[in-house]
Amino acid sequence: MTEHAEAAPRLTRRQRRRLILGGEYGVFVVAVVLLASLANWGTLKTNFAEWRVAKTLFPDIITVGLRNTLLFTVTGFALGLAAGLVLALMRLSSVPPYRWFAIAYIEVFRGLPALLIFIFVGTGIPIAFPGVEFPGGVYGQAALALGIVSAAYMAETIRAGIEAVPRGQMEAARTLGMSHGRAMRSIIIPQALRVVIPPLTNELVLLFKDSSLALYLGVTLQQRELTKIAQDVTGQQGNTTPIVAAAICYLIITIPLGHLARRLEARQKRGQR
Amino acid sequence: MTTVNPAAAVQITGLQKAFGDLEVLRGIDFEVARGEVVCIIGPSGSGKSTLLRCVNLLEEPTAGQVYVGGVELTDPDVDIDAARRRVGMVFQQFNLFPHLSVLGNVTIAQRKVLRRSAEEADRIARDNLVRVGLADKVDAYPAQLSGGQQQRVAIARALAMGPDVMLFDEPTSALDPELVGDVLGVMRKLALEGMTMLVVTHEMSFAREVADRVVFMDGGVIVEEGPPSKVIGDPAYERTRRFLSRVLDPAAAEVEE
Ligand SMILES: Nc1ncnc2c1ncn2[C@@H]1O[C@H](COP(=O)(O)OP(=O)(O)OP(=O)(O)O)[C@@H](O)[C@H]1O
Ligand SMILES: [Mg+2]
Repeated sequence: MTEHAEAAPRLTRRQRRRLILGGEYGVFVVAVVLLASLANWGTLKTNFAEWRVAKTLFPDIITVGLRNTLLFTVTGFALGLAAGLVLALMRLSSVPPYRWFAIAYIEVFRGLPALLIFIFVGTGIPIAFPGVEFPGGVYGQAALALGIVSAAYMAETIRAGIEAVPRGQMEAARTLGMSHGRAMRSIIIPQALRVVIPPLTNELVLLFKDSSLALYLGVTLQQRELTKIAQDVTGQQGNTTPIVAAAICYLIITIPLGHLARRLEARQKRGQR
Repeated sequence: MTTVNPAAAVQITGLQKAFGDLEVLRGIDFEVARGEVVCIIGPSGSGKSTLLRCVNLLEEPTAGQVYVGGVELTDPDVDIDAARRRVGMVFQQFNLFPHLSVLGNVTIAQRKVLRRSAEEADRIARDNLVRVGLADKVDAYPAQLSGGQQQRVAIARALAMGPDVMLFDEPTSALDPELVGDVLGVMRKLALEGMTMLVVTHEMSFAREVADRVVFMDGGVIVEEGPPSKVIGDPAYERTRRFLSRVLDPAAAEVEE
């Protein structure tokens, strides 16, 4: 009887769960209300979402900024992919000096900040080799800097992709009379590239963001990419809205691309089973 | 030096192969005549696959010579890619190219290696797919096929190169039992057509029926060889008898120490 009386006020598992969940929502609602009432909406709006400032960004933010960002990214990616593929093959070569070179390159450039590479390409090379002309000027410099940075990562990714192709594939190709190089080109690399499409898509997202470092190359008005334009207009207008606008431009590309990479990855996992 | 027998499809003399300290083949001498079907049997680890892989130099022999159609493959100056075209090989794991369709699998080496035109490669591929009973699968991808179908595509792929010799390394060991017959049927037909074949297999009924000669290997040497009625039906050596009793009646095998 006494035991029963003691047990009665205790909550069932379901009641307890409801209570905890209710508490968590309560805290959230209080926090939102508190922040909303403390924030100065007027100042926030004029600083971060001022339509008057946003309007002055158009159409340059798209026709110059986004265009150049995309151009830097795509050329840098193409260069990095080509160099990465060559480095991956060197890394797997049976000739030791090729291997050493590839290992050294990968170790060095994976260990350096991208900004340092941009400063090296933009400032260092013209000082060290006076008179050097980059094809395409700043465009060539940006592609080179992004290519140098991404080649190291892509080389490792592609190497892993090549090594993931079962040994029997090379054996079957060689048995049919293909040379090693022919087997690589027709059989191994096509399969390896399929495996590395998701990680390379992620690399593209990273490059898209790193292209902002081109602002350290000393660009003309027409060569500015998103971040540089945002920086300039923010300074001129004394208003943060351009940064928000640039951020939106980045996210419009990076979020779908990131999703795509994850979808491809998931599909590949399913396909492998 | 042994004399080269130009009539032999495959001739192996003094073949040795070691992986580091592990001696896998310890002196193999052996010939396959044109049109002959030879089955190699023996316990796991006896070196059967290694022997087969030495015949087309997928493994580099440590010592000895391999001749195919009178050409020495072990000669360091031989064009190994050209020599390999004359030797077809079928693997236990099929090793089809998963990124290519069935037709692509059977045409790619014809196009890239033999430089045949697209139409010719296509026609030869289709002819060989008919030969293995898969004419209706030209556009399928390997992942869409059963193991037995994949293995038959692999056979067609090798045949399309017009080889003088076909090597089979346990071609049915990775198959579900009900699919084994289709592949063995194709191989039997090939043997009847006069193809020179070197087959590593555990299918004793196939060896008994189709082989002209059976070779029993153990510990990296050939223990005995002869017609199937002799080697399988009435083996001379205790090692052969013990192996056969284990293969033919696995349930009755005694546990080895
Ligand atoms: N690449 C290699 N490196 C080292 N050892 C190897 C290699 N390939 C084969 N071996 C060894 O050589 C021996 C013979 O192998 P092999 O594959 O020729 O045997 P097998 O007779 O085909 O056996 P199974 O019936 O299991 O296929 C085994 O002990 C194996 O571990
Ligand atoms: Mg084997």
